[in-house]
Amino acid sequence: MKTKNIMIVGVGGQGTLLASKLLGRILITKGFDVKVSEVHGMSQRGGSVVTYVRWGDKVYSPIIDKGEADIILSFEMLEAARWTEYLAEGGTIIANTQQTNPMPVITGAAEYPEKLDEKIRALGINLDCFDALALANEAGSSKAVNLVLLGRLSKYFDFTEEDWMNAIEASVPPKFLEINKKAFELGKSF
Amino acid sequence: MKQLMLGNEAFARGLYEAGCGFVSSYPGTPSTEITECAAKYKEIYAEWAPNEKVAMESALGASLAGKRSFCGMKHVGLNVAADPLFTISYTGVNAGMIIAVADDAGMHSSQNEQDSRHYAIASKLPMLEPADSAEALKFAKIAYELSEKHDCPVIMKMCTRIAHSQSPVEISDRVEAPAKPYEKNPQKYIMMPGYAKLKHPVVEARTTALAEYAETTPLNRIEEGEDKSIGIITSSTSYQYVKEVCGNKYPVLKLGMINPLPAKRIKDFAASVGEVIVVEELDDIIEDFCKKNGVACKGKELFGCIGELSQNIVAEKLGFETGKCEKLDESIPARPPVMCAGCPHRGLYYILKKNKVTVIGDIGCYTLGAVAPLNAVDSVVCMGASVSGLHGFNKANPENEGKSVAVIGDSTFMHSGITGLVNIAYNESNSTVIILDNSITGMTGHQQNPTTGFNLKGDPCTKIDLESLCKAVGIKRVRVVDPYNLAECDTVLKEELAATEPSVIISRRPCALLKYVKHNGPIDVNADKCIGCKSCMRIGCPAISIKEGKAVIDATLCTGCGVCKQLCPKDAIGC
Repeated sequence: MKTKNIMIVGVGGQGTLLASKLLGRILITKGFDVKVSEVHGMSQRGGSVVTYVRWGDKVYSPIIDKGEADIILSFEMLEAARWTEYLAEGGTIIANTQQTNPMPVITGAAEYPEKLDEKIRALGINLDCFDALALANEAGSSKAVNLVLLGRLSKYFDFTEEDWMNAIEASVPPKFLEINKKAFELGKSF
Repeated sequence: MKQLMLGNEAFARGLYEAGCGFVSSYPGTPSTEITECAAKYKEIYAEWAPNEKVAMESALGASLAGKRSFCGMKHVGLNVAADPLFTISYTGVNAGMIIAVADDAGMHSSQNEQDSRHYAIASKLPMLEPADSAEALKFAKIAYELSEKHDCPVIMKMCTRIAHSQSPVEISDRVEAPAKPYEKNPQKYIMMPGYAKLKHPVVEARTTALAEYAETTPLNRIEEGEDKSIGIITSSTSYQYVKEVCGNKYPVLKLGMINPLPAKRIKDFAASVGEVIVVEELDDIIEDFCKKNGVACKGKELFGCIGELSQNIVAEKLGFETGKCEKLDESIPARPPVMCAGCPHRGLYYILKKNKVTVIGDIGCYTLGAVAPLNAVDSVVCMGASVSGLHGFNKANPENEGKSVAVIGDSTFMHSGITGLVNIAYNESNSTVIILDNSITGMTGHQQNPTTGFNLKGDPCTKIDLESLCKAVGIKRVRVVDPYNLAECDTVLKEELAATEPSVIISRRPCALLKYVKHNGPIDVNADKCIGCKSCMRIGCPAISIKEGKAVIDATLCTGCGVCKQLCPKDAIGC
């Protein structure tokens, strides 16, 4: 099979690493060759962060390059816009409509672009966007945005509910398990 | 059963399975998790040393005592440990010793892009370079065998994409290493001229023996290709990009041992193909070796020596097609890293900027005080350079005294700030050093250090008292401030800059991201009182923005530190 590529993008501190870890965990149990690539360190301090998840019969490169991503899962709208050129032809962007201003916008040196959803769709990109933060709050914690988005992402896979729940249980501390499961279900059924 | 492991985690697993008994490191992205993961095995004694030099010397001591040992560091950390490195090459080891160095091509979290392979050549030590997690695990075991067989430490070179990529590994049980009792041997372990002169020929003979090993070891392998018009020599993550692009089209000589390189094998490979292309990140180590050995090849003229490679770069240079992509025709504002909401460094930087002092900076989260809107830092070079740099800055021009400070974190101060402070005291520059004590090593992801009172395993331990330490090296004026209290910071800064002798200000407040830190909870803006003057925006807090002319605070980010509140002229915040 051709190698599949998902990029998970967001703002440092939003929980993108947990999302990629969880996805990697499911894929390896399904017998795929998998590579999950992360960047630690300075960018995790509120910078633009990206994680690559790749799987197939044999995966070589740990990263995803321009024009290669089948899906971009974005935790924030500006980050979805930033990485569009990494999407493969016919690819999909799943995005949280949440807007987090980067420092150049906060200081007034730049403006947060308007109507990014329309502009992304105008490129012919499939954009599946929704307010994941609201659903995370509904589940009980604004920090559960990552599980809401994974719930949404799960609709693009044919893994079973059990596959996902096993991976969530293995990746999330027990005391946050219920909130995270609920967040996953809300993202999935929205 | 295969499991996914980060390259660094797999490396640690390899150490464990090979019977490693001693680990000493200083954290540094992208090397940190090797040591953190090794510390999870109860059979391994593991510690954070105050710096890489101490770590490497401790690892040598452990090797002499008969335990397989390890020390790990990032590329610039090896500069700090370069002194022992070159001489351990002469003494050799008793039990096996591995030195990990993790390069950061692309500078994701580093101040330069140096290529650590030069160190292996310069110190005449073998260097292995894994290309994924499975190799990181396997090579760690081979490295210990090589170390003991050839009586030298073995360097394992990681890079960001191998260290921080998860890929499948198969684990096995730990095998305890054979006991190697210490035996006194002055000619081997005392490197004074008489003995060192005897040792240098031994080092050269070892290099010859290792070069012979490189010719036959399966660490280096040829992967056949259908089209022999081109042959590619590569290693590490570059190998993965080559295979991603070319598959089995061209023959590939994949090198797992990067020093010494196998001259005959490379010549034979070159003879079996048309054109030789070397694909390697950063400097031309392999290419240069090929050319010295009469093998014509192309390398840097195609790929350059700056930044990371990727499959698209390799594809483009080798004439393959890349995927089509759509770029948004829109100016996308950059999202640089920032100091977190509630970061204790922010208030202090604001006061430094307000007082228009020159700030000689250092390495850590607080380097981010250099970016807008604070723009509070004047220079950043390497670990410890703030303290010693300030001394030179003030000595060379005493007019700078009273108008300049050094800022350095608690961990960085313990790493290499103390010696600079000794210089300030000893050579009497009227300098003011500010220790930003956030009670943790922040940037690398919360590692303990000698000032935190806890060790790597999380157990309580001796806590170095910064006030006593500074006084002990000869600084009489040592003050402690709370960086959330702007008025206090302002007063104390002015007093210490005005003083006519060296001083230390300890700005003390734990990192806002530490789990044990209790926050007051978010505060909000009274929109009726807010006049939109943007005074609160001057501290560059990511939680504050202006909407419709009024300041608003993002409750999901705000910790309630109250620094912005102290800037508001209308008492509109948190009231």
